[in-house]
Formats: sequence, C-alpha cells, structure tokens
Amino acid sequence: MRTWGVPAAVGTLSAAGLVSALLGDGVVDVLATIAAAAPLAAATWALLARRR
Amino acid sequence: MSPRRIRTWSWLHTWSSLVCTVFLLMLCLTGLPLVFHDEIDDALNPDRWEPAHPGAARLDLDQLLANALAARPGEVPLFLSFDTDRPVVNVTSGAHPSVSEAAMHFASWDWTSGARVPPANKGEALMHFLLQLHTDLFLGLPGMLFLGAMGLLFAVAVVSGVVLYGPFMRKLDFGTVRTQRSPRVKWLDYHNLLGIVTLAWVLLVALTGVINTLADPIVERWREVALADLVAGRDAEGPPSAPSSLQAAVDAARAAAPGMVLQFVAFPGVSFTTNHHYAVFLHGNTPLTEHLVTPVLVDARDGTLVGVREMPWYAKALSLSKPLHFGDYAGLPLKILWAALTVLTLIVLGSGIYLWGVRRVNAAPPLVSAVAEQAGGRESGTT
Repeated sequence: MRTWGVPAAVGTLSAAGLVSALLGDGVVDVLATIAAAAPLAAATWALLARRR
Repeated sequence: MSPRRIRTWSWLHTWSSLVCTVFLLMLCLTGLPLVFHDEIDDALNPDRWEPAHPGAARLDLDQLLANALAARPGEVPLFLSFDTDRPVVNVTSGAHPSVSEAAMHFASWDWTSGARVPPANKGEALMHFLLQLHTDLFLGLPGMLFLGAMGLLFAVAVVSGVVLYGPFMRKLDFGTVRTQRSPRVKWLDYHNLLGIVTLAWVLLVALTGVINTLADPIVERWREVALADLVAGRDAEGPPSAPSSLQAAVDAARAAAPGMVLQFVAFPGVSFTTNHHYAVFLHGNTPLTEHLVTPVLVDARDGTLVGVREMPWYAKALSLSKPLHFGDYAGLPLKILWAALTVLTLIVLGSGIYLWGVRRVNAAPPLVSAVAEQAGGRESGTT
C-alpha cells in the first residue's frame, strides 16, 4: 500500500479521465480533464512536500 | 525481488529505453506543436472569409465539382471533404487516382457560390514538415513501422520501469526526492516520481501511436477484406470514364445512414474504395461516434446504392487512436494537459540518459545500487 497506493490512485484517475473525455462532452470534458490532470497534481504535491 | 532479477529488469529497462530515447525525444518535441495545430493555424490565418450567400441553399455537388475540375485541366477528383463550421467544400485532385500524396492538389470552394476560397496556409509548410517527421521520418511506410517498433520498445521500457519501481520505493514514501544526496540519487528520485505518475498517459500515447503507425496496412486490409466482394473479378477495370452523379450518390448515402454527418467522399480508384464505387464516409454525432467513420458505397457506373459497410474493429481502433494520441478531443484544457505531460516525459527521458551516463562513469548499475542502498545503506552493495 505504501509503495503502490498513490501511483495506483493516480493511474486510475488519469486513465478514467482520458477515456471519459472521449465519451462525453461539456461538463464531462471538464471533469475528465481534471481527473486526467492527477499526474500533474501528484507530481506538484510531491515536489513541494516531499523534498528532503 | 532478488538482486539477480533486479539486474535483469534493470538491463531490460536501460537498453529498451536507450534504443528508443532519441526517437522519443524527437516525437515529443515535434508532437508538442502538433497538439496545438488548430490554435497555431488560427493564429497565423485569422479567418476573415465569409460565404458569398450566407444562409442560401447549397450548390449541387456535381456543379461545384465541375467548377473545381475546370480549374485543374487533365486532373481527376480524388477526395471531397466538407468543413464543419462553414459552407466550404474541399476538393483534392490529381493526375490519376493512385497519384502520391505529394502530387495531389487541394483547393477549397464556397458551397454557396462556387467561388474559390482563398487558401489559409501560412505556417502549413512547417506543420507539414513536423507532421511528416513525427509520422514516418520522411520514409513512408518503412519509417512508420520503424517508429511503431520504437513505440513498442518504449512500452517495454515503461513496463520494466514499473517493475523496478516496487523494489526501489519499498522503503521510501511516495514522491520522496532526496535533494541532499548525490545528484545521481536526486535525479533517480525525479525519474521515478515523474515516470510513475505519468504512467497511464505515457502508455496510452505510446500504444495509440503504435496503432497509428499501422494506418496504411489497416486501410489496405480493410479494403481487401471488407470490399473483396465488390472488387472480385473487376480488378483490371479502371474507374468509369463517365461516373454517375456525385450529388445523387451523397444523397443516397445520407438516406442510407440517417442521423450521421457527411465527412468526405472517396472517388473511384483511390485507396479508400474500389475502382467502381464512390465511398461516402459519414461519422456519428456523439462525442465518441464522431471519431468513427462509416462508409456507404455507391456504384459509380449506375448510381446503385451498395450499402453501408461497417468498419471492422481494427479500423475503429485506428479511428479512436488518432484523438487519443494527439489529445485533441476535449478542447484546449486537455491540449494544455497533453503539453504539460509531454514536458514531464521529456524530463523522464533526459534524466534516464543522465542516469545511464552516470552508470557508465561509476561502472555500477544505478538502480541496482540504489536498491541496495535502500536495503543496507551501502552505495553499491549488490554489484
């Protein structure tokens, strides 16, 4: 869980966002893009909070 | 995972990455402007054109085609496509149906008046150069297949990287970047962090890219299998010298596929159809089906409707691979995300090369030694 928890969550959100943007329009596109941006959010959070 | 297994995966990760890295750097750098192709086109060619008769009935396609061909004596029509946001018909013509893409002529025409629409092609040469470099390295099908192989190697590199991520991160919290340690450890942490968070996107873009490199064989296969009964016994016959009405063919196709949107027409003899049929391609009207085209075939000798030919699964996979590869299916925010993830991928590729260089200098596999470092606090305990 410690090793794979965040990567699995980011991967799932990212994949779900990328696919649902193809299936929907309008609000779905916005929500899907936000989900697909999970990698950016995770990387930004890690770079700000986990530098040691 | 035993040190021996780690070494094996590390070797696979290192060499699968190294072989394809130069090409991936090129693909990332050329892909970035291609993602914003529409925005760059709009910026360089602000659309000031207006139809001659806004709101008027549209011209008969036969009349418009005759008008277009009169401007290109000696040429035959190859494709007809339709702008989605303005009444414009685009006519592609050439000396014969199997002319190369470079020798085709493209012109746009006002569907309300038949007048020529001024070309909006500033920056087109650069974009075409980038697209061709990105698609086939200017080598045609061999170049496409080579890039497809590089994409597969990249997928191997990504999967082996995921396998190595587990043992490496066993004793570290997610996203740890040890900036106080050596540059090698710091860049290994960046490499792992950015590599694992971009995993889903990178795999999607790599695998859809591989599918896109198979576009020519897929279209050829579709033509051989799906249109085989229409071609049988007539291979030697050329396209009809006096084809039936184009407008009637388009009307028949629309009637056969109600609710679908006209996308383009392939004329007899080109690669998307047979020597004897108009192929009228229509697409759906939902976010998903607008990427999926369905051809309706009409006999060009007598105007008989042959029927709808559903695209097979591999052709549909190709159609969906294009938007999923270029990220142009959900507006500008998704394109910006695509660009940001491309930049992160460039950092992963660059840091990978750096780590390989350090390995050569230190003669110790960085991943193996780094895992050993995590396990026992030594710099190169397992090598």
